Amino acid sequence: MSVIYLLISISIVVAAVFLYIFIRAVRSGQFDDDYTPSVRMLFDDELKKNPNKSEKLN
Amino acid sequence: MNEQNCFHCGNDVVMADEIVFDEKSFCCTGCKTVYEIFSLNDLTCYYDFENAPGATPQDIKGKYDFLDNESIVSKLLEFQEDKTYIVSLYIPHVHCSSCIWILENLHKLQKGITTSQVNFHEKKVRVTYSPNDTNLKEIVLLLSSIGYEPYISLENYDAKKEAVDRSLHYKIGVAFFCFGNIMLLSFPEYFEVGEFWIEQYKGFFRWLIFGLSLPAFFYSAWGYYVSAWKSIKSKMLNIDIPIALGIVVMFIRSTVDIAFNYGQGFFDSMCGLIFFMLLGKLFQQKTYNFLSFERDYKSYFPIAVTKILANGTEEAIQVYDVDKGDRLLIRNQELIPVDGILMSESTLIDYSFVTGEAEPIEKKSGDKLFAGGKQLGKVIEMEVLHSVSQSYLTQLWSNDVFQKRVDQKYKTITDTLSRYFTPALLILAFVSFGYWIFIDTATAFNVFTAILIVACPCALALTAPFTLGNVLRIIGYKKLYLKNATVIEQLAKVDTVVFDKTGTITTNKKTSITYEGAALTDAELLLLKNTLRGSNHPLSRRLYDYIPNQKKVNTTCFEEIIGKGIFAQIDGYAVKIGSSQFLQHMSENTHKKTKVHIEINSVYKGSYVFNNQYREGLEQLFENLSKNYNLVVLSGDNDGEQKILEKMLPKNTTLVFNQKPEQKLAFIENLQKQGKNVLMIGDGLNDAGALAQSNVGISISENVNVFSPACDGILDASQFSKIGFFLKYSKNAMRTIMMSFGLSLLYNVVGLSFAVTGNLSPIVAAIIMPLSTVTIISFVTVMSNLFAKKKV
Repeated sequence: MSVIYLLISISIVVAAVFLYIFIRAVRSGQFDDDYTPSVRMLFDDELKKNPNKSEKLN
Repeated sequence: MNEQNCFHCGNDVVMADEIVFDEKSFCCTGCKTVYEIFSLNDLTCYYDFENAPGATPQDIKGKYDFLDNESIVSKLLEFQEDKTYIVSLYIPHVHCSSCIWILENLHKLQKGITTSQVNFHEKKVRVTYSPNDTNLKEIVLLLSSIGYEPYISLENYDAKKEAVDRSLHYKIGVAFFCFGNIMLLSFPEYFEVGEFWIEQYKGFFRWLIFGLSLPAFFYSAWGYYVSAWKSIKSKMLNIDIPIALGIVVMFIRSTVDIAFNYGQGFFDSMCGLIFFMLLGKLFQQKTYNFLSFERDYKSYFPIAVTKILANGTEEAIQVYDVDKGDRLLIRNQELIPVDGILMSESTLIDYSFVTGEAEPIEKKSGDKLFAGGKQLGKVIEMEVLHSVSQSYLTQLWSNDVFQKRVDQKYKTITDTLSRYFTPALLILAFVSFGYWIFIDTATAFNVFTAILIVACPCALALTAPFTLGNVLRIIGYKKLYLKNATVIEQLAKVDTVVFDKTGTITTNKKTSITYEGAALTDAELLLLKNTLRGSNHPLSRRLYDYIPNQKKVNTTCFEEIIGKGIFAQIDGYAVKIGSSQFLQHMSENTHKKTKVHIEINSVYKGSYVFNNQYREGLEQLFENLSKNYNLVVLSGDNDGEQKILEKMLPKNTTLVFNQKPEQKLAFIENLQKQGKNVLMIGDGLNDAGALAQSNVGISISENVNVFSPACDGILDASQFSKIGFFLKYSKNAMRTIMMSFGLSLLYNVVGLSFAVTGNLSPIVAAIIMPLSTVTIISFVTVMSNLFAKKKV
């Protein structure tokens, strides 16, 4: 039954990895601006529409 | 799409000025040009995200010439290396997703820009560009030409990038990591499934839990120990004392428990407690990044001025480099940064921001100009008398009384309560200990620690942060931006409201004009309009706009006597427009009001009176407020409007005029000495002292992004009539907190009843603690949202 030591160590390590990822994300400034990225990610699709549109206009 | 609104900026289109381009109507050429730029570069998507998102580009000729100066530019840059320059520009107009989109596509409009990134909350765009292909001036001019003029002031000069404090996030992360893992590892013992396995691995689980609790105990909760220690030293007894005591006792007792194999300890509750309380802190920490509450004259001042060299050439120099004796060139709408003497013939200076006077002041050659005024005439030249640091305005600002006092520390409602809570808790703990010690020593220690653990005022401490944090957010949506949550508590205590006049209860935007005297015929109006056409005096311009459109007739003779009025001849009629002196017509106290007198063919006709326009809903607001508050109007202007104000405002309103900035401050101080809690609402530099002195200083602003003196809150001018609502809401917020205190004390009583009788098991603590937290948080959130919906 000593497998429980192994399993629990793995689970703790996994949790610690997540903690590390979280801290890294905070450090890189991801939590400083929580609005702009949410808008920015919607833009890429709109850009593709652009050429057709200007054709229509002209 | 509404045809009446400009496709670009959304303003009403005046039919006569309408410009139709590409089947869309625009209000002016400026807006049309922006549209043209966008459509040429395939950027018309801009108009898809938001309806009419743009702003009309302003005329900025020559305004940014100082960006040719390398040394100024390098002060503004955030990062500088061979091929990469990075600059962060503050753009007040950023307000919607279209703005983000266009600003992040700048590289399509200007070669040399690599990337541009918007921070919406801070209203900043961070542009990376290559100095070989473009320069900062070009970028700024480009931004201005598409209606996104950046705001560059002396504040940007040498601005250091502030280190962001993210420690709270780290602490929460660590606390959550510990809390989650400990919770999972604690479960087996709670449910005691399969005694055999538990017995076998108990030690391993318990010591693992102990190890996991260490980071939360030593790192995440550290702030509470520091704060508790400080408050013991200053004998303030704040809420952090019972919290720190609870955490420490929990940790020691749990360690003892597992060391001597008494039980599993309270590590899970301890970490949960730390986690929830840090979360409360985060929630209260709502900040408005794009606003600054600690502004000083620097954000109002330009970064550079135009200096005229001895050989007549112009050069942009930094404001700090201006020396006595220099000659400066000040353009229309520019700010006078230093004291000096006017060299040009004459000009008009708007001092409304500094002194509160509503009308621009006329200055003639040789007159002294004070820093802080806005130049409204044509380009002028001035000679410098004092450098920036020695100018009147700067001196005034560095005056001690104008600084917000830091030692004015208010006791928060939680701290007030904890003054009673902490001693009561300690007494209860010792009494129970004394009782049990005669029965059973082991139980006595058990009970003593259990009381301190269960009474740890987690829910109590969370009440205020969550309520106030939520209220802060709600009133932020309603466009009153407060510096922090404690301002709400102060607002609830206010009993006297002091208003500034110019710019606060009046708007600077429009003045209504009324006519007094013999009625004018259409023919006479025609004469007036044509006479006024030639004049550039601000009052003439306003009157010109006010008089309905007339036929254009040429004047045969036109003369403008500066500071007095205009004289013109049209079709044999002699028209005189101007001050009473000029017309030699002395009526009643003429200088009290701003009047323009009219005389046609030597017959006095009457005068146009320029009234300050009061903000909408002013009468209603004062009417409502007068029931519960003492009201004062404190003005730096003359008493010309006393009669109107007396008529408009409730009888018990105190009206005080001709107040200098220092006098305003003294007035507030005097009220406070009488035991009043004063809310000051003002707008300009002349109110800065009063705003700092008052219990709550709120500055009102037409454009919250640009400038306001140091204060506790910034109110968008359009929400002026809602001041009553905000005051009432703050009171309701405090009521919510009191109710919630009652609720959390109830939980404490339940928990204590377990503790006193010696029955507090880890599982009871683990249930009560999160349960109370969740109830409190949902209760205060629901209540504060309900109160927000209530009408005044």
